[in-house]
Parts: sequence; C-alpha cells; structure tokens
Amino acid sequence: MSHRTGLEVSHAAAEAVKLARVEVVAAYPITPNTHVPERIAEMVANGELDAEFIPVESEHSAMSACVGSSAAGARTFTATSGQGLELMHEVMSVASSMRLPIVLSLANRALSSPLSVWGDHSDVMAIRDCGWIQVFAENGQQTFDLLLWAFRVGEDPRVSFPVIVNFDGFHVTHVIEPVFIADQAEVDRYLPPFKPNAVLDPRRPVTMGAYGPPFIYSETKKAQDFALHQAKEVMLQGFAEFEKIFGRKYNFVETYKAEGAKVLLMVIGSFAETAMDLVDKLREKGEAVGLVRIRLWRPFPQEELRQAVRGAETLIVLDRAISFGTLAPVVSEAKAALYPEEKRPKIVSFVGGLGGRDIRLEEFEYMVKRGIELAQKGQEEIYETIGIR
Amino acid sequence: MADGPLTWKNFIGGFVVDKPGNAAEYQTGGWRSQKPVWDNTKCIKCGVCYIYCPEPCIRQTAEGYFESDLFYCKGCGICARECWTNAIKMVQEEEV
Repeated sequence: MSHRTGLEVSHAAAEAVKLARVEVVAAYPITPNTHVPERIAEMVANGELDAEFIPVESEHSAMSACVGSSAAGARTFTATSGQGLELMHEVMSVASSMRLPIVLSLANRALSSPLSVWGDHSDVMAIRDCGWIQVFAENGQQTFDLLLWAFRVGEDPRVSFPVIVNFDGFHVTHVIEPVFIADQAEVDRYLPPFKPNAVLDPRRPVTMGAYGPPFIYSETKKAQDFALHQAKEVMLQGFAEFEKIFGRKYNFVETYKAEGAKVLLMVIGSFAETAMDLVDKLREKGEAVGLVRIRLWRPFPQEELRQAVRGAETLIVLDRAISFGTLAPVVSEAKAALYPEEKRPKIVSFVGGLGGRDIRLEEFEYMVKRGIELAQKGQEEIYETIGIR
Repeated sequence: MADGPLTWKNFIGGFVVDKPGNAAEYQTGGWRSQKPVWDNTKCIKCGVCYIYCPEPCIRQTAEGYFESDLFYCKGCGICARECWTNAIKMVQEEEV
C-alpha cells in the first residue's frame, strides 16, 4: 500500500524515478530543478538505488548521454530547467526522432535575459515542436504520478517516444506537499521492465539515427508524426491502468466545475489550482464559471478540447509564456482547435505569471471579469498582460 | 529499415537500419560531373590513387592497374591530383 507523507516535490519526483527502477540518470544541476538529480545522486551514493548516475559537464552532454543509454536499452531519466533545456535543444529532436523513451522532468523556468531562475513556461514552449510527449503536472502528487505514467507510456513498444513531465519551478518544485508515495510492488505492477523495439547490441548490430537523404527524409518524418498521434490510445490506457492501481484519475484535458459553464478559464500548469479556488468562489455566488486544464500538451488534444468547451460562450486562456511576434502558445492551440467548430466560444487571451510573478486569486477574478468584457466588445490587443505596470 | 517498400507506413520505428552494411546499396556516384581515366602506359602501380580515394572506390585489377567503381566515385579528382606520374585524367562524363 502507498503511504502519504510530506516532502518537497522535487524529492517526490526523485522517489518516483527510484520506484520506476531507473537504470541510468545523466543530469546537470540547474535551478529550480537541482533537487531532483541531487536527491537521485544521493540515493545512488547511499545504495538505495541501483542505477548509473552520470555527472555530465553540461545539459547538452546530459541529453547526449541519455540518447546513448536509452539506445543501449536502459531505462533513462534526466531533469532540467530553462537555459538547461535550451542547451539540450539540439539533442531533444534526436531523441524523439530515434524514438528513445527517455523521461525528462522539466521544472519550468523563464528564459534569460534578464536572468531569471524563477518559473514560467518559456522553456517548454520554445521546444514544443521537438517531438516529445509533453504533459503538465499542477502539484506534487501529479508530478509523482505522471513520472510513473511517463515511463510506462513512453516505453510502450507501440509508443516509443520520450516524455517531458512539466512542473512549475518553485511554485511546485520547492514546496513541501503531502504526497501518496506508491510502494514498490504497486509500481512494479504498473511499470513492466523496459523492452526496447531496437537496441544497440554488438551481437546484432543496427544503425540508429542514420543519414536520411531527400528521397527518404519526408517519409521518416511522416511516420514519426503519425506514431505520435497514434500514441494517444496507449496514453489513455496508461491513465486507465493508473487509476485501477493507484486510484487517481487523469485525462488529456481535465475540467473543474465546467458543467453548464458559460465562461471557462483555460489554464496549463500549477496556476490551475488558484483558478479552482476562484471557480469555487464564483460558483458559490451562482456564476456559471468553470475551468479547463490542459494536461497533455503534445500531441495536442484538439478533439478533447473541443468537447471540453462545448456550450461555453467565453473561453479565457492564460499563458505563462510569450510567443514573440504572434499569439501566446496555449491560446494559439485553442484557437486552432476550435476554428473548425460551427459554434465556438469567444476566445480571450491573457499572459501572466512570467519569470516567477504570482497570479493571485484577485487577479484571476479580474481575468474573468475583464475576459467577459473583452469577449463582448472584442479583444483588440493580441493578449492582455496580467498585473503589468 | 522497412518492412516492404520504402513508404512511411513501413518504417521500423525511429528509422532504425537493422541490416548492417546496406550503405553499399547507396549510389554516391550520382552527382559526378567528371570521372577519372587511367593511362596505364604511365601507371607505375604504386597505389597512391587507391590510398587517397576518400570514398574509397578505387580497386586494383588482376594486372595490377587501378580503376574506379563509378557506382560510388563522386569525381572529386583527388586521385588525379595525387598521382605521381600524371597517369590519371579527369574527363567530363559525356566525353568518354
């Protein structure tokens, strides 16, 4: 049976990785992710975890070592944040194109400059098209759960893709939360040993990441994208099996008090929890306001989003990143997904929570009020920035 | 590499090449504009061309002279440049 304990979320993440019986971890410390690999390194040093910990000299090397390790058939994990992810960037698409199911915990952090170690979603949004499966956790429990799910789904031979589990830097990583830590037998039941589709083995040589001239490159990319879309079925099975064993339920798009809502907030990441408080408050006052939370970011759950917002008149989307020169990333997906709908809500875009700036309850309240107003008269600005001076 | 014809539906995940050595099937001689031609009256059979060929697609014949495998030869001209006796000339594809 799992036990409930209070611990720092980064340490809960390390517990999940340990329970997943990870075999290789190659990581470079960077705030606010540091405590994850630090705790894992400690576990390895103490003999609590029988894994190879590679203290690499940079994030580019971390991801490169992970590619080699996963290709050799080892269950592989790494963790990073912000600039660290940027340094990994070159190798990120190599991992996904070679279909290597590495799991990466990404403690979301703003990008320099100005230098910021604090949280927002600029890091993951800059690599959103790199071909990895990407999910967002909103709290410690979800971080723990989704890491186990990430290994199971990513390594499934029908999927074979790397997975990023996003959890907000500081707002989630550094807080101490009560978390149900599963026991080893439960995790073993959920997560079978890694059996790769292809493996580097001198007794049966194969080439991975080969040269792809023009006559073949398009076909490899089409095959890769198709496989990523197809992976959704296994992802759902992974959630269903998770619920059966651990009792907690997940979905690609999750809603909170959205039934009959005329106004829907749409949030990705931990700020959804503040938004829930606001929804509670407004529902008590009898206002038909609900919340849509994006759990799965890639492949983007277009159809599931359409279903989740059906019947709503106003959709107020919050992004914690700017996509310089165009719409913010999440609202852009929402608009694209809802465009084919004959009857769709008016969409209003807010950006906020950049570089660790908090968005408090009152600001969510403002967002709803202002969102309804903008939906009626039309939003002229591409987005409105919350709390901007 | 693929189960059946090379369409996107037939790839092994990740474009894994599971048959070693099949790079030999890849024709690198397709973009050549010039090819090396040996004058065996000048050739001293030293094998410098064979050593320098970066492809490497120069082979020795039974008589000890050298020739290029035009399936792979890219026409770079390094053999002609390195030949001690100027026995190799690069000629336009269409000329010979």
